[in-house]
Amino acid sequence: MIEVLSADRCISCNQCVKICPTNVFQEVENGIPVIARQSDCQTCFMCELYCPVDALYVLPNADGIEQVQESAVIENKLLGSYRERVGWGKGRKSTASDDESYIVFRRARGSN
Amino acid sequence: MSKDAKEALKLQADVLVIGGGPAGAWAAITAAGQGASVILVDKGYCGTSGATAPSGTAIWYVKPEQQARENAMMSRMDMGGNLAERPWMQRVLDQTYHSMHQIRDWGYPFPTDETGGPNYISVQGPEYMRLMRKRVQKAGVRILDHSPALELLSDSHGVAGAAGINEQTRQPWRIDAAAVVIATGGCAFLSKALGTNVLTGDGYLMAGEAGAEFSGMEFSTAYAIVPYFSPVTKTALYQFATFYYEDGRVIDGAGSRRGRSIIAKTLLKEPVYACLDKADKALQVSMRKAQPNFFLSFDRLKIDPFTEKFPITLRFEGTVRGTGGINIVDETCATKVPGLFAAGDAATRELICGGFTGGGSHNAAWAMSSGYWAGEGAARFALKQGENRFNRNARGLSGLSGVPVQAEGSRSRINTEEVVRLVQDEVFPYDRNWFRSEEGLTASLGRLNQLWLEIKQGIRTAEGSRVGVREVAAMTATARWMYESGLARRETRGMHVRTDFPERDAAQHYRLISGGLDQVWVKPITATDNGNIEEALQA
Repeated sequence: MIEVLSADRCISCNQCVKICPTNVFQEVENGIPVIARQSDCQTCFMCELYCPVDALYVLPNADGIEQVQESAVIENKLLGSYRERVGWGKGRKSTASDDESYIVFRRARGSN
Repeated sequence: MSKDAKEALKLQADVLVIGGGPAGAWAAITAAGQGASVILVDKGYCGTSGATAPSGTAIWYVKPEQQARENAMMSRMDMGGNLAERPWMQRVLDQTYHSMHQIRDWGYPFPTDETGGPNYISVQGPEYMRLMRKRVQKAGVRILDHSPALELLSDSHGVAGAAGINEQTRQPWRIDAAAVVIATGGCAFLSKALGTNVLTGDGYLMAGEAGAEFSGMEFSTAYAIVPYFSPVTKTALYQFATFYYEDGRVIDGAGSRRGRSIIAKTLLKEPVYACLDKADKALQVSMRKAQPNFFLSFDRLKIDPFTEKFPITLRFEGTVRGTGGINIVDETCATKVPGLFAAGDAATRELICGGFTGGGSHNAAWAMSSGYWAGEGAARFALKQGENRFNRNARGLSGLSGVPVQAEGSRSRINTEEVVRLVQDEVFPYDRNWFRSEEGLTASLGRLNQLWLEIKQGIRTAEGSRVGVREVAAMTATARWMYESGLARRETRGMHVRTDFPERDAAQHYRLISGGLDQVWVKPITATDNGNIEEALQA
């Protein structure tokens, strides 16, 4: 579930409020958005991809809340790690063009 | 959020598309291309909502070469219980071929394979759906995000729009439309299988209230392999896994495809572990490039899935990766209700899958094809109607069905959270849903029918929950259509497993149509096209 919204990084663009499919974030007037409905998070990681400043961190645990510390997430270079891997963001190239599914499927069918 | 009752937003459109996943996006773009005015509403956000957006997905893309197409059509025919229909498979393969090239022309960055050309066998969900949203907007379609439809509108001529609410502003909306496409996806019962928590069967309930019928609702037993903690459902990658008991012994016969039932049976008794130890180094690199989010779960928890054993479970995917859904009656993906069309996982996928599908691949091809046809069909239907098409005095259908739209305050009523738990208790357990029996299904139906009566008395919203009264009612209705259909199919076919009838029965080589809200009914109809396949195979 969504665990971290970094106040240091957030620029109040409210992109997360806009794109979260389960409406987890809440816009705050004259402030940064808040994680208002954490238990509604479906752990789809989409907010990380749409956050332009890598201020969000989703823990892959779908069923429980774990009180992750922001400092630990930063230390482990996890903020923005998924967006980087997908190749979204200024100056990056989408890694969709590196998709090697066709090799995986071929191997799965047993024809090398 | 303001609690004040706001004046409704009132709009008109030739075509209203409900749902903004791939099927809805294709429907909206195609309808607009026919010259229709189009509005698309999504309960979440068109571009991130649904099962496709968060992950990579295979596409049933096959070049128009006769042998390749023949192999593609026959490869899963038997697995699907011989209920797929060849003309529909051919249409979908043709349409998917064109649609994939369309996406390329719109700028989707397909990878280049050894042939030096683009490879069309898969798409990355975030990229695909971000592009589709852009194309929907470019087509002149108005998008309303965070705007679940709560009920369809109708008059004596058929469906005439829908009404709902914007969940962020709490402003109600009403859209009068000459035709409606339901593209709300399947129902995964809030299991948190990746991206599926917006998929609660809302479109089934609305279609059911309008008098539409369903087909193949017994094919609703899809479970995906996931790491115990994770939402990420990528069963295909477990073809390179070995499955283990806690003490490290290999579980004989366990596998990601046909051996999945052995995993389920083992999980009923004890934990199961997996390790992707059949993937060599080169394949490991390809797997990472194919499914970036699959590895997020492991990397963030510092697990090496190629060398370490990790606990797994099976997460229910219901009709999202089942094949049942709203029955369509012709090539435009019309339902039996005038003005109402269905596309994607909301519609039955038996036409191309029969009673089995693996998620992605066929479903993804079906979404883009049926979305295209439903959008085109809905636009033509709408544009044939006269000037008065928006002045029809249409009324909300929930009034007729008596299924509540709004929450009640009374403490004595059941709350949404309780309904969710009760329905999940019936559909999640493997020994109730995966391994079905007359005894088990009858007992579940007794409880679900009782719950249905209670829901009709009114539901209150559980505090702090987003899930609405319509969503829990839709889940309950879906479970009843599933289990009544499962009870009627007294054999094992496709993904539908009956422990009391473990064999396939050639005499039941037919589709099961279902419907009804208070009184659920099920009746067989002959599988039209390939009626003699079953007999031929037996000979």
